[in-house]
Amino acid sequence: MSHESAEHAEHIVSYKTLVSVWAALLVLTVITVAITRAELGALKVWAALAVASVKSALVIAVFMHMKYEARLFRIILLVALVTLAIFIGFTFFDVLYR
Amino acid sequence: MSSAESRQPIAAGFWGDTGKTGIGSWIFSTDHKRIGLLYLYSVTGFFLVGVILGLLIRLELMAPGKTIVDAPTYNALFTVHGVVMIFLFIIPGIPASFGNLVMPIQIGARDVAFPRLNLFSWWLYAIGAVVVLTSLFTGGGAPDTGWTFYVPFSARTGTNVSLAVFGVFILGFSSILTGVNFVTTIHRLRAEGMSWGRLPLFTWSLYATAWVQILATPIIAITLVLVIAERVLGAGLFDPGRGGDPIMFQHLFWIYSHPAVYIMILPAMGVISDIIPVFSRKPIFGYKMIAASSIGIAAAGSLVWGHHMYTSGMSDTAIMVFSFLTFIVAIPSAIKVFNWVSTLYKGSISLEAPMLFALSFVLLFSIGGLSGLILGAAATDIHVHDTHFVVGHFHYVMFGGTGFAFFAAAHYWLPKFFGRRYKEKPAIVGWALMFVGFNILYWTMQVLGMHGMPRRYYDYLPEFAPLNFVATVGSWILAVGLIVMLVNLVKGLKSGEPIGENPWGGATLEWQIATPPPTENFEEDPVVTRGPYDFKGVVKP
Repeated sequence: MSHESAEHAEHIVSYKTLVSVWAALLVLTVITVAITRAELGALKVWAALAVASVKSALVIAVFMHMKYEARLFRIILLVALVTLAIFIGFTFFDVLYR
Repeated sequence: MSSAESRQPIAAGFWGDTGKTGIGSWIFSTDHKRIGLLYLYSVTGFFLVGVILGLLIRLELMAPGKTIVDAPTYNALFTVHGVVMIFLFIIPGIPASFGNLVMPIQIGARDVAFPRLNLFSWWLYAIGAVVVLTSLFTGGGAPDTGWTFYVPFSARTGTNVSLAVFGVFILGFSSILTGVNFVTTIHRLRAEGMSWGRLPLFTWSLYATAWVQILATPIIAITLVLVIAERVLGAGLFDPGRGGDPIMFQHLFWIYSHPAVYIMILPAMGVISDIIPVFSRKPIFGYKMIAASSIGIAAAGSLVWGHHMYTSGMSDTAIMVFSFLTFIVAIPSAIKVFNWVSTLYKGSISLEAPMLFALSFVLLFSIGGLSGLILGAAATDIHVHDTHFVVGHFHYVMFGGTGFAFFAAAHYWLPKFFGRRYKEKPAIVGWALMFVGFNILYWTMQVLGMHGMPRRYYDYLPEFAPLNFVATVGSWILAVGLIVMLVNLVKGLKSGEPIGENPWGGATLEWQIATPPPTENFEEDPVVTRGPYDFKGVVKP
């Protein structure tokens, strides 16, 4: 296990990948700003959350190397993210129906 | 054993085998047993502070009108009682003290996975505690918001709320680090043969608890930062006048603070699951279901926070969803209670101090759990919301449950680590006084609540006077029992009769090594060949 993760730690992400992720994040930021100005009603929150999720997924997968890590780490991260999503989702039982 | 010999200070095992002495060998030690004892001393100290504050609250409520303190002081009293008891005693209580002491030995490890991180989390606890205590005597004085720090009051009050919540913020990180450490330890450091199906149930409960600590605690940390932002920067997050939402604070607060009650109760249930089979001389009934119900409680219990908010103005849809989910949690809790009772059935029961505390846990927790259903049902909750019924309910669960389990654990495990034991008779007298005083105090509170006595009120109508007097007398009996128990325990651990390796006839690994355990616990790495409650061939001396 430790040997395996040591190998993973050595993985080097190419400049090309890093720059394209950076560019994608910039484009997504522009979209986020655009959403705040568009007339989307209740969908506005969902749209903003969707863009934010894509952005954080890119950062976690590439910049934080999770894409190249062992499966256990990815599962544990997933548990945390799913829990957070459920917590946020459940508050909408209140906010959406008030 | 001559009395002179029995009064020698303990030097065996981890107390002396490193050759290091002095305070530095404790506060900078990475040995899980020393850190466990550091936690034990700290949480017990804060427990006693909380008890004194609680007694003062009861004294004030003994008669209508002013009895001993004025109204603002009373507000500070119940706030600080709550903050100290919740964040400084009961959350770290069992996992950080007994979890640290016992868990690594139970799984056959020499220490936790990250010993330095373990020490760091105690230091964070100590720093957080100092910050909380500082907040009481500086700035605008002790917080008066109640331990829940509800907005808008907490955003406006002139008392020292910012510093107090910052202290709680630091304490949260201590809890998260303990959780990370325990999950890693239980995954990676189990001895050969210690399969998941052979883990003692105390360790199983710590595992479930650790996940809740990791996943829920960051949310309270963020929420408390938002309160500071509201107070210092005027962020308007919870102010409807500026597009904020005060109910959002309650959501964020309870997303952590409801799972937190499972951080408090799950390890307690683990203690009970370990004690009952040993004192019944029978394997636990339904091992797998008890282990699975710990995970079930942790998972389902994380989704029921809205039941604290039925009267807050939350949507009816949310009320129905959260009420339904609250009833779901009763299922795994009841599984545990039925399994404990089934373990007792036809067992060879011996009513020694740890067992008496454990059995009273089962009764008091059941009463508290069932009164919880009255609060979990949306309709009946409206009647008793924010009354003394709620106060009685959670003291049944938290004190009758976790508190009694803490004392059960102390009587069960501490002799192993100190090498000496307490006297049995005073322990039973202490237990009996506590049990009687406890029920007089908190049962009366539940009745008062049913009659409409609100919680957190400084004064009350004359019709509530007789029962309030009874409750206060109960608090005195409880306090006397507590003193008898603690004095006997401390005296016994310091200079009581020396004990052997396995005084209770336990089958888990902590009873198979020397008393007190050596620094690295095991002479050589153990190989586990039997289950934790397999008493075949284990003789009780």
